[in-house]
Amino acid sequence: MHELAIADSVLKVVEAEAARRPDARIVKVGLRVGELAGVDPDALSFSFEVLVRGTKLEPLLLEIERCPRRHHCRLCGCTFAVADFEAACPECGAAQTQCIAGDELELAYLEVEEP
Amino acid sequence: MNRIPLQGKILKENDRIAAELRDGFAASGTLCLNLISSPGAGKTSLLERTLEAFGPRQRVGVLTGDIQTDNDAVRLARFGFPVRQITTGGTCHLDARMVKQALADWRFSELDLLLIENVGNLVCPASYDLGEAAKVVVMSVTEGDDKPLKYPAIFHKAELLVLNKMDLLPYVPFDVARACANARRVHPGMEILEVSCTTGAGVEGWQQWLAQRRQASCREGAGSPV
Repeated sequence: MHELAIADSVLKVVEAEAARRPDARIVKVGLRVGELAGVDPDALSFSFEVLVRGTKLEPLLLEIERCPRRHHCRLCGCTFAVADFEAACPECGAAQTQCIAGDELELAYLEVEEP
Repeated sequence: MNRIPLQGKILKENDRIAAELRDGFAASGTLCLNLISSPGAGKTSLLERTLEAFGPRQRVGVLTGDIQTDNDAVRLARFGFPVRQITTGGTCHLDARMVKQALADWRFSELDLLLIENVGNLVCPASYDLGEAAKVVVMSVTEGDDKPLKYPAIFHKAELLVLNKMDLLPYVPFDVARACANARRVHPGMEILEVSCTTGAGVEGWQQWLAQRRQASCREGAGSPV
């Protein structure tokens, strides 16, 4: 259950942004979470909801974009989505391909209402 | 409504401290490894096998993480190397801040090798960079051979898989070939070592891997070779 610690890190970023924009109201924070990040989006959303409750930021929404695993083939140069751990290149059949996306645990955006 | 792009990783504070630690390890030529497994797979046993083979002049230190108790530190301290327990008090993983605090009065220049035993957990430790040169995942044959598929994050991020308790293979329905294939589906080309910490079989393969990594980190760093 490290999602609570991750939710806390997100909340700290939003609090810092809120302090920089005293006149604005932050409505939503967006994240990018890869399927290989080892983070459960439901547990993260639940933790975030619990942490926001009772703070000045309430009601702050969280939106999580799930990022699929993508690989790049150095042999033929193609980039492809990896489904069901099939990491071989679909174009040229190369077995060794490189993971280029899918382990994101990143901040994406804030949605802000400004006066 | 205005959408403002945000940059950076969610765990950037952890990553900042981890980068600081990594720079420190690199400057002193210290090889730092982060050992991760489910509870009971044999991280502490692997460390016992590792430490018992080292002579007293080896400059090795161990940090061992658990939610409660200093049992592991007591087990490992008998080999005479510096060992420190990190008791997380409930947290299911180590983070870079805990490692930095635990190392506060240790001099990196006095260590060629730092082994970090993470809290027994295959999920959460995968998200936290501790400044290590490599993550090593330990898995045992008493677990399911589909574990790499169930917990892909750690098998994706770890450089090496140590498959432990090979001596128990006759008694369990574990398929080694399938486990290795599953690990390599998640992490193509993953290095895998088969060991038994109970009998010592295969442990020399792990020691060789360790020696190669230590030579490489000595060459890269400012530290003098052992």
